[in-house]
Amino acid sequence: MPRELWITFVEFVRTFGALTLFLVELLIQVPRVFVRRFRLIVAQVYNAGSLSLVIIMVCGAFVGGVLALQGYANLTRFNAEDAVGIFAGFALIKELGPVITALLFAGRAGTALASEIGLMKATDQLSAMEMMAVDPIRRVVLPRFLGGVIAMPLLTAVFSMIGLLGAHMVGVMLLSIDVGAFWQQMQSTLDLRDVSEGILKSVVFGVIASLLAVWEGYNAIPTAEGVSRATTRTVVLTAIAVLITDFMITAWFLR
Amino acid sequence: MLRREMNAPRDNIVEIRDLHFSRGARKIFDGLNVDIKRGQVTAIMGPSGTGKTTLLRLITRQLRPDHGTIVVDGVDIANLNKAELYKLRKRFGMLFQNGALLTDLSVFENVAFPLREHTNLSNRLIRHVVLTKLHAVGLRGAADMMPGELSGGMARRVALARAMATDPDILIYDEPFVGLDPISMGVIVRLVRRMNDALGISSILVSHDVDEISTVSDCSYLLSDGKVAASGSPDELNRASSELVRQFMHGMADGPVAFHFAAPDYAEQLLGRDSE
Amino acid sequence: MKKTRTVELGAGLFALLGIGALFFLTTQATGGDDFAAKEVYTVQARFDNVGSLKPRAPVSMSGVTIGRVTKIEFDPDVLNAVVTMSIDKRYDRIPDDSDASILTAGLLGSQYVGLQAGGSDFYLEDGSEVLFTQSAVVLENLIGKFLVGNSGKDDDE
Ligand SMILES: Nc1ncnc2c1ncn2[C@@H]1O[C@H](COP(=O)(O)OP(=O)(O)OP(=O)(O)O)[C@@H](O)[C@H]1O
Ligand SMILES: [Mg+2]
Repeated sequence: MPRELWITFVEFVRTFGALTLFLVELLIQVPRVFVRRFRLIVAQVYNAGSLSLVIIMVCGAFVGGVLALQGYANLTRFNAEDAVGIFAGFALIKELGPVITALLFAGRAGTALASEIGLMKATDQLSAMEMMAVDPIRRVVLPRFLGGVIAMPLLTAVFSMIGLLGAHMVGVMLLSIDVGAFWQQMQSTLDLRDVSEGILKSVVFGVIASLLAVWEGYNAIPTAEGVSRATTRTVVLTAIAVLITDFMITAWFLR
Repeated sequence: MLRREMNAPRDNIVEIRDLHFSRGARKIFDGLNVDIKRGQVTAIMGPSGTGKTTLLRLITRQLRPDHGTIVVDGVDIANLNKAELYKLRKRFGMLFQNGALLTDLSVFENVAFPLREHTNLSNRLIRHVVLTKLHAVGLRGAADMMPGELSGGMARRVALARAMATDPDILIYDEPFVGLDPISMGVIVRLVRRMNDALGISSILVSHDVDEISTVSDCSYLLSDGKVAASGSPDELNRASSELVRQFMHGMADGPVAFHFAAPDYAEQLLGRDSE
Repeated sequence: MKKTRTVELGAGLFALLGIGALFFLTTQATGGDDFAAKEVYTVQARFDNVGSLKPRAPVSMSGVTIGRVTKIEFDPDVLNAVVTMSIDKRYDRIPDDSDASILTAGLLGSQYVGLQAGGSDFYLEDGSEVLFTQSAVVLENLIGKFLVGNSGKDDDE
């Protein structure tokens, strides 16, 4: 039993190392690809970002709304319903915005990336590029990775903003919290440090989610089953990795 | 035949010596020796699963041999770094067995792809080249379609146009004739031959199609069991007396080449005696 | 070509919306960092007990935030807490006999330092110390006193 555990552990370390090397290989080529293949990156920002907007906005509005409901229901016991703004602002900007956006991103854009790259591999498209002396890392993988990395912080910001507006709608318009108190309290309590924590998280999550998606796709077993497994693994691994790093970043900011 | 034997080694565009390659426990090549002559059409034949596609991937270093050397135009490809390898690959044009068109680009853009990647040609010139190549395979009218809208045979013809787009020195065809109707087949066979002769390139052609191969190839290799079972001009092979060659050339199920992939005894398996 | 245009337009709109949202969050959802970029001067105050006062807590006068707590240390020689505060240079005429107390915003809110103006003609300046201070009210102590006070009353009756 310890032996199997040991093998699992070694395998985990190996995979982690391979993933790190893969990330380094990607990062080294970033400047070059950014200059030469800018249009491909733009197209991928469209795929990962613009096409995810609707789901992000709908989810953001409802998450904001439910925060206002929960905040109101609980804070009203302390006669502190004016603090719903603070509550929703903190929750959205520091936690729920980055985390939920990353999870939605994994489900919407990450799976698309993994299966697209996996299918390109399964149908020999990546080999064909190699044969045409075109590096698939530069032509296929990196633009998708960068598209995701660029899209994530923007999506997160949209999510949080729409979330706040949703909280405003429910809190102010439905529950009659004073509009001034709602925003004033939020503004006087939240500061740039809180917002930058949220932005930092979204950037890190963008790297994690995009990296795992392109990695799983690129290393998928080139069969229908292999691609479907890669897609599933993308979502699961991203969720785990995002939640773990979320904890670490939060702890780091509370130092 | 004498002429060929007198050729100096430099006249081999590809030389494969003592090639060994395994997929897991399965040995695919076991001491293979193959010469591809410059300026000729060389056919690679062999039963399904013998490793013809694998051989093409080894020649273009998409795979690396376990043992043995592969020399392309005087250069041992084992030691090339990535830049040198890509430089070499620009001299290859390869038609994949399933076409391998880039599914997010139109037919036109697929053929234009290697040109846009590696040349600074103006859009007008690219358009000219692409339409010429598409015309050669009879698909100029399909330029604006997406790969998903093509039939299998059409996709392979587009892939052929793409392989020819940069006018490579060495053209590699993995089963170009599968799924073509007799008319396109005739056109493509002649195209392969004409490209080879008019442009002075070398061609490597994998096919099962014994009749078509007889009409286009200068020299054929018949692979079996990880080795070359027979080689020579189509005539020579046709006249060969070896059981194996006769079986393959004349399409008989029984003979030295097992039609069946290695498997447990048929009767025993049907009776459910193997453990599953 | 037409498709490329749509894609690029879509990506551009998305980027603008995202940047707009970032702008919204940094300006509308926060009060901004009031003192980060401005000129400040530093004063100190000693408290017997700072309660749960934290660095970055506001320093306010008449309810207006005029500075922030930058550092809270324990002085082992005098055995009390030294609170260092940065105060906006604009408010440079705070009498040096003003007193500082640690107050709580709301019932369960966070703690902050409140300055109560004195009557002196001399003002606090960089490096000066606020001499009159009032420690934080620690809830546990308050409850303790309350209980003791109550039981005392019980005894009387
Ligand atoms: N990725 C792979 N992993 C493991 N085994 C493989 C892989 N690709 C091919 N093989 C095995 O290698 C052998 C040779 O495959 P290859 O594709 O080269 O055959 P082929 O001669 O081209 O056959 P066909 O004429 O059917 O295309 C097959 O037995 C196959 O099972
Ligand atoms: Mg094959």
